[in-house]
Amino acid sequence: MSMRKSTSAVVMATAVALTVTACGSDSDSGDGKENVKLGFAISALNQPFMIQMKEGAEAEAKAQGAKITVQDGQDDASTQANQMQNFTSQQVKGIIINPVDSDAAAPSVKAANNAKIPVIAADRSVNKEKVKATVASDNVEGGKMAAKAIAEQLGEKGKILQLRGQVSTSAARERNKGFTEGLKEYPNVKVVAKQPADFLRDKGLNVTQNVMQSHPDIDGVFAENDEMALGAIKALGGKAGKDVKIVGFDGTPDGFKAIKKGTMNVTIAQQPKELGKMSVRNAMRVVDGTDIQSQIKVPVKAVTKKNVDRFS
Amino acid sequence: MAIDTQPGHRLDKRPSGNGPPPVIRRLVLDNGALLALVAMVILMAVLSGNFFTTTNIVNVGVQASVTAILAYGVTFAIVSGGIDLSVGSVAAFSAVMLGWFTTNQGVPVFFGVILAILVGTACGLVNGLLIAYGKLPPFIATLAMLSAARGLAQVVSEGAPIALPDSLSWVGENLNDYIATPVLIMIAMGLIAGLVLMRTYSGRSMYAIGGNEEAARLSGIRVQRQKIIVYALVGAFAAVAGIVLASRLVSAQPNAAEGYELDAIAAVVIGGASLAGGVGKASGTLIGALILAVLRNGLNLLDVSAFWQQVVIGAVIALAVLLDTLRRRA
Repeated sequence: MSMRKSTSAVVMATAVALTVTACGSDSDSGDGKENVKLGFAISALNQPFMIQMKEGAEAEAKAQGAKITVQDGQDDASTQANQMQNFTSQQVKGIIINPVDSDAAAPSVKAANNAKIPVIAADRSVNKEKVKATVASDNVEGGKMAAKAIAEQLGEKGKILQLRGQVSTSAARERNKGFTEGLKEYPNVKVVAKQPADFLRDKGLNVTQNVMQSHPDIDGVFAENDEMALGAIKALGGKAGKDVKIVGFDGTPDGFKAIKKGTMNVTIAQQPKELGKMSVRNAMRVVDGTDIQSQIKVPVKAVTKKNVDRFS
Repeated sequence: MAIDTQPGHRLDKRPSGNGPPPVIRRLVLDNGALLALVAMVILMAVLSGNFFTTTNIVNVGVQASVTAILAYGVTFAIVSGGIDLSVGSVAAFSAVMLGWFTTNQGVPVFFGVILAILVGTACGLVNGLLIAYGKLPPFIATLAMLSAARGLAQVVSEGAPIALPDSLSWVGENLNDYIATPVLIMIAMGLIAGLVLMRTYSGRSMYAIGGNEEAARLSGIRVQRQKIIVYALVGAFAAVAGIVLASRLVSAQPNAAEGYELDAIAAVVIGGASLAGGVGKASGTLIGALILAVLRNGLNLLDVSAFWQQVVIGAVIALAVLLDTLRRRA
């Protein structure tokens, strides 16, 4: 195995040496590893979270001396399918996919598998098709942590509004699942309204404003991401963080700012940079022929005013 | 009775003494959308005790404001026989530029707002030039801008929200329990839109071009130039909507107002405009935006599930327009 690998490395190096004159920009790629080209099909680049994940991936690729091409799927599953196809035909050494849609990604992943290109799923899983590994935050666990956090904030008693993300995404489903399960341990904490706000700040503001009319007595808000939590904070004004406890999810820069200001009480922080890094690290391991675990959980952390400085 | 040539009136066989006064009848017949709005308000008030309160009515107004302002602009495009799909993206891009100018570059807020409106106008101008001189169908030109302006918003903001200066927050807030600034801006922009449509050369040209472009050209209207004005105006209105939206959050979001173009188009059509061009009013558009806002607000108050909300919104859009079509045929 290692013999074959070193042979192929020699062949590659020779090939590189022969083509160096043709493409000057590649002339600094001396040793074998620098030739490893990875493709990263990211679902969208319109959220700070995704951008941080991309930055983490790029940093790790740089540290490992690999080349990474990032393609923005613009939240459109068919755009992403085309990008995956391009990666496959470019014969990249490994693909990291952050699927727009866990189901719709399957055919593209299958094509890559057939072409013997290892695929790593990042942040969201791929359904019905094998990937080498899924690197994701533990959203169910995070949901449970959020339930515990809001119960503790409320002294285990109170009425809450739950702002739901895009219900079609696995993140929203898993967080909701964990939160619902976690809340079972606190029978006196009741979800009196559960409304969609599509992960967006402006919708979080509108929906909270509306629900405050039908339930003016809510004591807490759990938002399935920080953006919606920030919208809720805007709707609640001076009450946010004090009379009405706010628990968000993700740990975005703006979320941390709100924690510091005291308008948000807790956010369940994902580590998007870590997600990007771990995805690239594991892709590189597969390329090197090392065995990896199929489920790689990047831990989430409850962030409060006490420990926020360690995160931001 | 025979002298009164309003088509609807001839159907009314009752003696005039028993029916509602002709003024009210005409109001109802001319305003199918208004009727739908009143019906919805009554329905919501019956279903939820929290609907018909001062605070909630103000909330509905505020929540309608962004859609309404966008939709006024789209009314210009639709009346002139075109369409503008880029308003949501242009609103987000203008708002992001406002954040970039004021927060990142230290431009005074007042000039920042002017510059942001100019950015929106410039986007509209590009749409107009592509349509008038590039001969692109409005659908395609503005579809391209939908993508490009969204992309530019991401580029400038590097994908992250830009905080706005606190001195802008009043634009998105309530002055007191009864009056909110976004509602005032919505009314002011509505008056401007109405004035443009009814009282200016450009406005009358929009109806003429939308009614019959060739006839408009033959009667001496400089169609290409007027089209550029139309889309530049749409861009300016989108920028104002973007500024209101961002001010409410005191944060310019590159992903804000995604899909709002569809709400805006729905508002215009519910308001009685024809996608074939030549028909449409600013007041109708305002009512269309209010209908959508009442609906979303009511669905929240009634705690309707996420999936059903989309179904209900779709059904109401279809019903509102259907009602209007039936009324016209009568």
